[in-house]
Amino acid sequence: MNPDHHIILRVVSKTLIPLITLYAFYVQFHGDYSPGGGFQAGVIFAVGVILYALIFGVSSALRMVPPMFTRGLAATGVLLYAGVGIWALFGGGNFLDYSALVDEPEGGHLGQHIGIIVIELGVLFGVAGSMLTIFYAFAGRVAEISDEQW
Amino acid sequence: MIESILTYLAPGWAVTHAAPLLVVVPMITATLLVFVPSGRLAWLASILASLASLFFALVLLGLVQADTATWTALSTAGVETNLTEPGLVSYALGGWMPPAGIEFRVDALNAMILLLVAFIGVLASIFSWPTVNAEVRSEKQNLFYAAYLVCLAGLAGVAITGDAFNLFVFLEISSISTYVLVALGAGRDRRALPAAFNYLVMGTIGATFYVIGVGFLFAATGTLNMADYTVMLPELAGNRAVQAGFAFIIIGLGLKAAMWPLHQWLPNAYAYAPSFVTTFLAATATKVALYALIRFLFTVFSPAYSFEMASFEWLIAPLAIAAMVACSFQAVFQTDVRRTLAYSSVAQVGYMLLGVSLATALGVSAGLLHLVNHALMKGGLFMAVAGVVLTYQGTTLRDFAGLGRSAPWTMTAFAICALSLIGVPLTAGFQSKIMLLQAAFDSGWWWAACVIVFSSVLAVIYMGRILEAVFFKAPENPRKVRKEAPMLLLIPLWVMALANLWIGLDASFPYGLAQSAADAVIGAGGGQ
Repeated sequence: MNPDHHIILRVVSKTLIPLITLYAFYVQFHGDYSPGGGFQAGVIFAVGVILYALIFGVSSALRMVPPMFTRGLAATGVLLYAGVGIWALFGGGNFLDYSALVDEPEGGHLGQHIGIIVIELGVLFGVAGSMLTIFYAFAGRVAEISDEQW
Repeated sequence: MIESILTYLAPGWAVTHAAPLLVVVPMITATLLVFVPSGRLAWLASILASLASLFFALVLLGLVQADTATWTALSTAGVETNLTEPGLVSYALGGWMPPAGIEFRVDALNAMILLLVAFIGVLASIFSWPTVNAEVRSEKQNLFYAAYLVCLAGLAGVAITGDAFNLFVFLEISSISTYVLVALGAGRDRRALPAAFNYLVMGTIGATFYVIGVGFLFAATGTLNMADYTVMLPELAGNRAVQAGFAFIIIGLGLKAAMWPLHQWLPNAYAYAPSFVTTFLAATATKVALYALIRFLFTVFSPAYSFEMASFEWLIAPLAIAAMVACSFQAVFQTDVRRTLAYSSVAQVGYMLLGVSLATALGVSAGLLHLVNHALMKGGLFMAVAGVVLTYQGTTLRDFAGLGRSAPWTMTAFAICALSLIGVPLTAGFQSKIMLLQAAFDSGWWWAACVIVFSSVLAVIYMGRILEAVFFKAPENPRKVRKEAPMLLLIPLWVMALANLWIGLDASFPYGLAQSAADAVIGAGGGQ
């Protein structure tokens, strides 16, 4: 097959993928005080990699973002989320009580800010990781009966 | 006795935060297992996490049962117990007060279910290593244990939460990990894949029905908190949305609990999953769904509503009886031991539902006692079968022939659990069946009592076939040498078998738990 077969797609996606990734982080950090947040950002981030895999082939995507990494990313996300909960316990609050995260005077909102940012980061990791893991599970699947055997 | 855990064993933070930690410890351990390279390490970690859950479940049980002396001892020690009233632990997640925030709410009913799930979790994870090592590929073992811990966390979450939508989330967490666990049986038998897919489709339909029902309730009341429903629903009992919500929730949870005829996913899922998964699921998954059903039937809704009473009489009781008869018959005609046991599980769910549908304190506590006993006997039976799978690679009736001679310890424990399943005196099954009979007679349902006895006769037949093959038939393959299951398998198996005998001799501990649980949901002396 001619390597330049999809030249327009290649060129366009090369420009788009960084923008998509950047947009993912925009949605992520705006999730604090506008619609958006970790879940959407995670999906958008995963879409960047999935687009790369569609255009340049799954094998090169696997080299760039190996499944070991995506699985670890998903687990790290959950760990971050639950970790914030445990951290709040050490601060003397209930599980996931963001106000207990930092030592601050009554009425302070720093703990709430930190809590939601870290939690959303956990969601970003978790969603991006599991989206990619699911994609790889489908895309990397080898047909058990090859076409000739039918 | 259990209170002493609170005052002597458990540190203050463990008492305060027992409710979330019970769920979170297995969850966090599961995520860490993704990074663990060896299956054996993952196994040890899963035992530790299950033990932690068991510890927190005991603490919660202690809190629920705490008398005033313990209560004052704890408060003078400066320990926040989250006890809002005697026998009720309410933990506000994130510091958001219920009903707006999510609440973990533990009363005598949950405490019992949590203890059961965690206890089975510990025994099953101890026993799991030889069978998992044999049945699951080594590079997947750490992920297998991660999925198991997520399932444990999900089941504990369903049992502990006091928020209807949160219950859905935990239900999905436990179910999705269960689908994965069942599908991993494909290494031994490819039929695990369609079984898992079937379970996935049915389970998702069940969860969808449940969440639609919760949506109806939310539309009618504007709250998701179960305790809030108890307050608000009596005024809305004539509301069509509430009634539709009731119907959806009963069907959804009934599907998860394998209520006949929604049990079609169960036999294949149990028969083809890895042995450890079957053991764990048979003893916990349907039990937790049944708990959720009881919670909705008696706490959220109440038998005072005419539509609920009608559904007890015309829906749940007939379906329970159909399960007891039809599935016992199906169990008689199976050639695969695991399928026999799976069909028998559906029949036993029928017993529990029958107890529940009596809607009396005695009936519900009989159903709950049978729930505990059935977890112990089915857990034991499936453990013994796992031993046979491990040593002889077969689960058909022919594979079991003559095993009484080649694996006497495994098979003696199997026989004890089998007798308990039948309901022979001096075993756990007898205690709960006699209580169920008594409850049925108390309510004047003599025909239900007849069906209980008839179904027990069928149990004699289907378990008798297996026992006959095990103890009185010559081995199919004469070269079968004496081959006992490994020690790691035998010890939890015998713990289960002895628990069956112990409850058969002295049922006061589970009976007390079941009775206070039934009182907690129905109200002491109420509903009679």
